[in-house]
Amino acid sequence: MKDHNHILHNVDSDGIDRRGFLKCMAWAGTGVLWTVSGGVLVSKTLAQITKAGSLPAVTDLSFLQISDSHIGFSKDANKDVTETFRIALDRINAMPTQPAFLLHTGDISQLSKPEEFDTFDQVLKSCKTKDVFYVPGEHDVINDGGKLFRDRYLKSVEGKGSGWYSFNKNGVHFIGLVNVLNLQAGGLGQLGDEQLEWLEDDVKGLSAETPIVVFAHIPLWAVYPKWGWGTDDSERALGYLKRFGSLTVLNGHIHQVLRKVEGNVTFHTAMSTAFPQPEPGKGPNPGPLKVPAEKLRSMLGLTSVQYKQGKSALAVIDSNLS
Amino acid sequence: MITPTPGIKTTALLCAISLLNFSLFALAGEMKDGTIAKQNRIEIKDFAFDPQKITVKSGEKITWINRDGEPHTVVSVGKKFQRSPGLDTDQEFSITAGAPGTYEYFCSVHPKMTGTIVVEK
Repeated sequence: MKDHNHILHNVDSDGIDRRGFLKCMAWAGTGVLWTVSGGVLVSKTLAQITKAGSLPAVTDLSFLQISDSHIGFSKDANKDVTETFRIALDRINAMPTQPAFLLHTGDISQLSKPEEFDTFDQVLKSCKTKDVFYVPGEHDVINDGGKLFRDRYLKSVEGKGSGWYSFNKNGVHFIGLVNVLNLQAGGLGQLGDEQLEWLEDDVKGLSAETPIVVFAHIPLWAVYPKWGWGTDDSERALGYLKRFGSLTVLNGHIHQVLRKVEGNVTFHTAMSTAFPQPEPGKGPNPGPLKVPAEKLRSMLGLTSVQYKQGKSALAVIDSNLS
Repeated sequence: MITPTPGIKTTALLCAISLLNFSLFALAGEMKDGTIAKQNRIEIKDFAFDPQKITVKSGEKITWINRDGEPHTVVSVGKKFQRSPGLDTDQEFSITAGAPGTYEYFCSVHPKMTGTIVVEK
């Protein structure tokens, strides 16, 4: 990806210029509704929406992205990640309309341990929404190339290769990609030839009007390659998808909300439910960011996505756990 | 195939064979007399191997210790020695240097992290 800047868009009908956009980025921690229409970006804080009673009108499909649970992590940045995961589920259960399903964009576990996956599964039982679609994070595949992860989380989707798959919901085509396996020394995330060939074939028969949602763990755009926040062969994947009028790319991995809009493509990363990470390049390394206890939950969260037929864009809402 | 390293217990060799089928290194800490001539320690800190390049003698022990809050691994490029499991904070992993040569390795969780071991006779 040529442009490593993670903020591209500026003026729209809502009067948000680049400075305004940066302000929105700051709001992200307190919950922002993003809608993108033909590349035009509109944002409102969740507080504004609630006050105005202007939540999006009835949608055809509402789903939720949850990411980076890191069950098993117990360091200073968050000594009880199981509890914050549980709080995230409580937030989902409290939604007036339950999402159709969850997308978990990886790093369920900290160290790929069976007991970490067990804890996750046990806590997840409290979630009213039962359908969950997964892609692995690099923390989920540390010791066995992802076998345990596939055995546990991809049974219902008949994952191809190392676990990629697609499915359709309400006219939207969803594609779960794996970019955390067979990584090469010195490289970034990687999809690999086999998966890319499958992707090309998977979307071949779809009309350009089909809304596409791609989800994978490591960002499919160059957020900050120096920290490994990017995918080496993502350009090729996006090449197969550029003809579609609405493409939403949802990732995790970097434990913060970042967004980039390029034409009809919206890239979006979600918060973690476990601990925040530094802004790109801010700090010595991308490890867990220690924040004051009272601030932690404001930096953890969920992403809700809504689709309405006939609209070219999907509305993406981030909300934190504070 | 295995290049036997003098002084390493048969059990360690068998373990290495069964895990790897081929190896130029064997599991460490198994010297016959219970001592190791030289400690070669590599700290994993701030998402980097320190020192990034290390030169050792064949038969010497090499130990990595993870000082980050993030797990890391030690994985040989080309699978020339046994990879580590995921190392949590303050966990260690050791090997004993086998045949002379240059060995590149990286962290499979954060592949930007790379290191080099040079084994001399």
